[in-house]
Amino acid sequence: MAEDSILGFLQNNEAISDSLQFAASAGIDHNELENVIKSLRGFEIVDAQEFQKDRWFLKEEGKTYAREGSPEVQLFNAVPPDGISREELQKKVNPTVFKIGSSWAVKKKLVEIGRQGVSRKVEYVEDKIQGFLQQIEKGEVVDEKDLAELKNRKLIEFRPLKGYSLRKGPKYVSKRKKAATDLTREHLLRGDWRDLEFKEYNLSAQVQPIQIGYLQPLLKVRDAIQSIFLQMGFEEMPTNNYVESSFWNFDALFQPQQHPARDSHDTFFLKVPSSTRELPEDYVAKVTRVHESGDYGSLGYRYKWKREEADKNLLRTHTTAVSARMLYRLAQQKSFSPKRYYSIDRVFRNEAVDRTHLAEFHQIEGLICDRGLTLGDLFGVLEDFFARLGMAKLRFKPAYNPYTEPSMEIFSYHEGLKKWVEVGNSGMFRPEMLLPMGLPEDVSVIAWGLSLERPTMILYGIDNIRDLFGPKVDFNVIKNNPICRLGLE
Amino acid sequence: MPTVSVGRDHLFQALGRSYTQEEFEELCFEFGIELDDVTTEKEIIRKEKHLEAEVGGEDDQEVIYKIEVAANRYDLLCLEGIARALRIFIGKEEIPIYKFREIPPESMLQINVTKATSKIRPYVVGAVLRGVSFNRANYNSFIDLQDKLHQNICRKRTLVAIGTHDLDTIDAPFSYEALIPQDITFIPLKQIKSFRADELLEFYRSDLKLKKFLHIIENSPVYPVIYDRNRTVLSLPPIINSAHSAISLRTKNVFIECTTTDLTKAKIVLNTMVTMFSEYCDSKFEVEPVEVVYPDDRQFEDCASEGIFKGKNIYPDLAVTVMDIPLSVITRPIGVSLGIAEVIPLLNKMQLHAKEKLGTGNYVITVQVPSTRSDILHPCDVMEDVAIAYGYDKIPKTKPKCMTTGGQQPLNVFSDKIRGEVSRAGYMEVLTWLLCSLEENFAMVKRKDDGAKAVTIGNPRSSEFEVVRTSLMPGLLKTLKHNIDHRRPIKIFEAGDIVCLDGTGDVGASNNRRLAALYCNVTSGFEEILGLVMRIMQVVGKPHEPANDNFIRPSNEPEFFPNRQCYILFKDKQVGAFGVVHPEVLEKFGIPDPCTFVEIDIQALL
Repeated sequence: MAEDSILGFLQNNEAISDSLQFAASAGIDHNELENVIKSLRGFEIVDAQEFQKDRWFLKEEGKTYAREGSPEVQLFNAVPPDGISREELQKKVNPTVFKIGSSWAVKKKLVEIGRQGVSRKVEYVEDKIQGFLQQIEKGEVVDEKDLAELKNRKLIEFRPLKGYSLRKGPKYVSKRKKAATDLTREHLLRGDWRDLEFKEYNLSAQVQPIQIGYLQPLLKVRDAIQSIFLQMGFEEMPTNNYVESSFWNFDALFQPQQHPARDSHDTFFLKVPSSTRELPEDYVAKVTRVHESGDYGSLGYRYKWKREEADKNLLRTHTTAVSARMLYRLAQQKSFSPKRYYSIDRVFRNEAVDRTHLAEFHQIEGLICDRGLTLGDLFGVLEDFFARLGMAKLRFKPAYNPYTEPSMEIFSYHEGLKKWVEVGNSGMFRPEMLLPMGLPEDVSVIAWGLSLERPTMILYGIDNIRDLFGPKVDFNVIKNNPICRLGLE
Repeated sequence: MPTVSVGRDHLFQALGRSYTQEEFEELCFEFGIELDDVTTEKEIIRKEKHLEAEVGGEDDQEVIYKIEVAANRYDLLCLEGIARALRIFIGKEEIPIYKFREIPPESMLQINVTKATSKIRPYVVGAVLRGVSFNRANYNSFIDLQDKLHQNICRKRTLVAIGTHDLDTIDAPFSYEALIPQDITFIPLKQIKSFRADELLEFYRSDLKLKKFLHIIENSPVYPVIYDRNRTVLSLPPIINSAHSAISLRTKNVFIECTTTDLTKAKIVLNTMVTMFSEYCDSKFEVEPVEVVYPDDRQFEDCASEGIFKGKNIYPDLAVTVMDIPLSVITRPIGVSLGIAEVIPLLNKMQLHAKEKLGTGNYVITVQVPSTRSDILHPCDVMEDVAIAYGYDKIPKTKPKCMTTGGQQPLNVFSDKIRGEVSRAGYMEVLTWLLCSLEENFAMVKRKDDGAKAVTIGNPRSSEFEVVRTSLMPGLLKTLKHNIDHRRPIKIFEAGDIVCLDGTGDVGASNNRRLAALYCNVTSGFEEILGLVMRIMQVVGKPHEPANDNFIRPSNEPEFFPNRQCYILFKDKQVGAFGVVHPEVLEKFGIPDPCTFVEIDIQALL
C-alpha cells in the first residue's frame, strides 16, 4: 500500500520532496512509510535523502483529547439543557475530565456551577481544541495563535522529526516484486517462487556454528591406518591387556634380564598385581635355556636367568608382547599357516614427559609370519605400507634391537623439511625368539613398528603431543580438525 | 643408544682422508651408526654450565662429532673402535689379529682370589698392555672408554667395574679379597690423605659422580679390594682406584682388572679394553695374559683355555668363535643370490674372517668371529653383517606372497560402532590417559580405595602415575576442567579401556572396554544423558531377541547426586550407571556448572 503509492507517485512525478507531507496527504502512517523507504533504498529502487525538521507533536494528554474531545466540551455535553446536580454530573464523567473540564468550562463561561447544581451558559460549543489537536496529529499546519492555548495547557511539544526526500533510483520499477528471504513450504504450495525475487545472501556474515558430534583427531588417524592394514590383508591382534608379565614383554623376546629397558627408569613395574600368576612352563624352560646357554645355533647371553625377574608384572612397554603371545599361539597349532597381524594400541614408558614424549602413547605394529620371508620382502611391504601413509621415499639404516636381526630404522624423505627423518623401526624376529615357541625352522617373521602420535603430529603440524592426546587437548582443536586424508592420494 | 664423542680431525686422520659432513653422514648411515651432533669442547662445557654463547674466538676449537652407536657394539664405544671398524668397512685396513704376548708360563702375572669375595663380587679378570704410547688424545679416549663401558654393559658398575693401573708402581702377584671396611685403608685417586674404606664411602656421599655407586657395596659386611704383593691397595671396586697405582700420560705398562658378578660381561669388557688399546702397544695388537687363581671351583666352567693354559683361568679370552654357516642361511633371508666368493669379502668388511669350508659337498662358510664382536650370537647376526656390507639400498624389494585375509577384533569393531553412534548424537570424542593419581581415581570421585580394584604402579615418577584408571570419570572431568570456558552445552565422550584386578587371568588384571559421556550446562542435563542411554540401549538390541525393557533402576552411588542417578541393566546384569554428578565431585575438579555423566561396560553389551 505505502510502497505502491510511493512508486506510483514517482511514476508520474520527479520527486517526493517531503515524505512527512506525503504520508499525511496519503493518509499513511509515517513510520510505516519509513520502513518501505528503507527497503526501497536498500534495493536502489529509490534514492532517499534524509532530512530533519522540527514539528509539533501531541503529548499524552493531547492525544487523549484529540481522540475524546477536550475535557471542558466533554463536561459541557454531559450537562443536560435543564441542568444537573453536581453529584449526578460527577457520576456521568470520569474524575479527571470532571476536575480539569469543570475548571476550563467555568473559565470559558460554558457552564455555571452553583449551589443548585450545574447548568449550561451557552446552547452549543464547537470543540476547537480537539480540532487543532487532530490537525497537529495529522501533521497539518495550525495557526500560530491557535497554538497558544495548546502550548499553554502543555498538550503539545516541539520535537525534531526525520523525513525523506525521494526520487527514482537506478533500479526503479513502478511495481516491484517482493523479495523473499527464504524458500518456504508456502512458496512451493502456491508456486509463487517463480515470480518472487530472493534477497541476496550476506555471505561474509558470521555463520552460526552447527550442533554436531566430533571424533578425536588421533583416533581419526588410527582409523585410517587401520584401514591400510585391512586393505593389505592384516588381521588385528587382541591387544586389550595392558598389564603384562616381564616374561612376555621381555624374556620371550630374547631381551636379556640386564637390558636397560628393564630398568625401573624405563618401565612401569607394578606393586599390585606384582607378579604374574602363570606362564607356560615348557616354553619358559626353552626360553631359560636360550638365554642362559644358547640353543638353536645361538651362543645365548651366558648369564643366570632368574624366574622372579620374568614373573614381575608391568604395564607393557610395547605391543610386541602381544605379538609374542600370538606367535606362540600360532606355533601351538597343528599345522602352520601364514599370518599377517597388526595392532594399534596403547603402550607405557616410565620416561620423563616433554613436548614429544608422554608416559603412554599408541604403538602401531605390523608383522608377517611365513616360511621363507626375506629382507627384500620386508623392504617391499614397508614401501607399500608407508607409501599409503604418503611416504613414498624410504631408506633403511642398520640398527640394533634385541629381538630382531637384522634390525633397521626406517627413514623417509620429508619434502617439507628437505631431509630424511626416522619414521619407524623394523626387522626380522631372531631365531632365539621364534624357535623356543615351536615355530618351524624355516618360518620367518618380518615386523615393523612406529608410534601413532608422531605421524599424526607431522600430518597436522602439531608440535606438542599434549595438544593431541590427554586431558589438556583444546575442544576447538578437536572441532576444527580436518578429515584424515591418508589413503586418499 | 650410547653416544660417543670423537674429535673430527682425529677421526678423519685415522680414516686416512677427510669427509664433508654429508659424506660422513652417508658412510655412517650405511654402516649403521649415526652422526648425532656436531659441536666443540667449549660448546659442550658451555651447555653443561648453561652459559651464553661466546662471540668469535672459536676458530681454533676442535670440532667434536657425537656419534650414536648400537647398544650391543661395545667395540664402537671409542674413537679407536669406530675408526678401525670404518677403515675395515671401506677396505683400508685388514682385520687385525689379536694375540697373546709370548711369555714363559712361570712369569705370568697372577691374581689370587680369596674365598670371601664370593659374598660380594665373585669374579675377577685381568690383562696387561706392555709398551703403550699414550698421548693426550688417546689417553683421554682410554679414560672415556672405561666411562662408556661402565655406563652401558657394566650397568653403572653394578655388573662389572674396571680398574686400570700403572704396572710399574705395583708388584705381582695380586690378591683379590673381600674384607670388612675397617680393615681397608689407602689413599684414593685424586686425594692426598689416606682413608679407611667405611670413612671413604661416607666422604663420597657428597661426590656427584661417585655417590651413585656407593649403594653397590655399602650394605655389605665386606668390601671388595685388590692388593699387590706388598699390600699396596690397587682399587676398591666398584668405587675407586688408589692414587698409588694411578696411570698417567707417562705410563708404559698398564694392568687392567675387572671385578664382576657376571663373568661373561667382564670378559667382554676386558676384551674391549685390550683390543682397542693394544693398538698403541710397541707390539701392535699384542696383549699379555693374566692368570686368575680361585680358592674353590668358582671358575664356572670357564677353563676353556687350551695348550699350556689348559685347566687354568687365563684372561683375556681372545678366542675367536667359529661358526660353520651354510651359504643359504646367509643369502636366503636377505633375498639376494650371492656366491661364496661374493659373500667372503662382504664378511671381511665387517671384521669377520671367513673361508669356504671344503669337503662338505655343500656351500658352507667357516666364519671366525673375533673377540671384539660379542654382539654376534647366532648365524643370523652374520647374515645381517653381510646384508649391511652388501648395502640395504641394493637389496631388491619384493612382496610377501602369502595370501591372508584382513580382519578386526570384534570388540574393537563394536566399540567403533558405538563411538559412531555417540558422536552422531552430537558428542565430542576425547582421549585421556590410563594412568592417574590415586586421589583422582578414588577420593576425588568420592570412592574408597579398598585395595582390591586398581592396578598400582610400583615405581611412579610422579603422583600423576600412581594407578591405572578404574573408571573413565576422572579423565572426562579433567578434560572438561581444561576447557571450562568452552561454549555450553558441553557434550563429550570417550570409549576406552579401564583395568581392574582380576584373579582369573594369567597376570592378575584385565582390561574392560567402557563408554563414558558427560553433559555440562547451566542445568544438569539428566534428560540428555537419559536420552543417550536409551539410544545406546536401542541400537545394541539384537533382532529375534526380547527387547531389553526396564533397563534402568534407581541407584545409590557416591559420585552421583542422591535420587538423581540410575543403574543401567542389560539382560538383568548391571552394566553401568548414570546420574547428576555430585556437587562435591564437581568442586574437587573445579567445575562450576552441573554435569550429568554415564559410564557403561560396552564389553558386556557385545
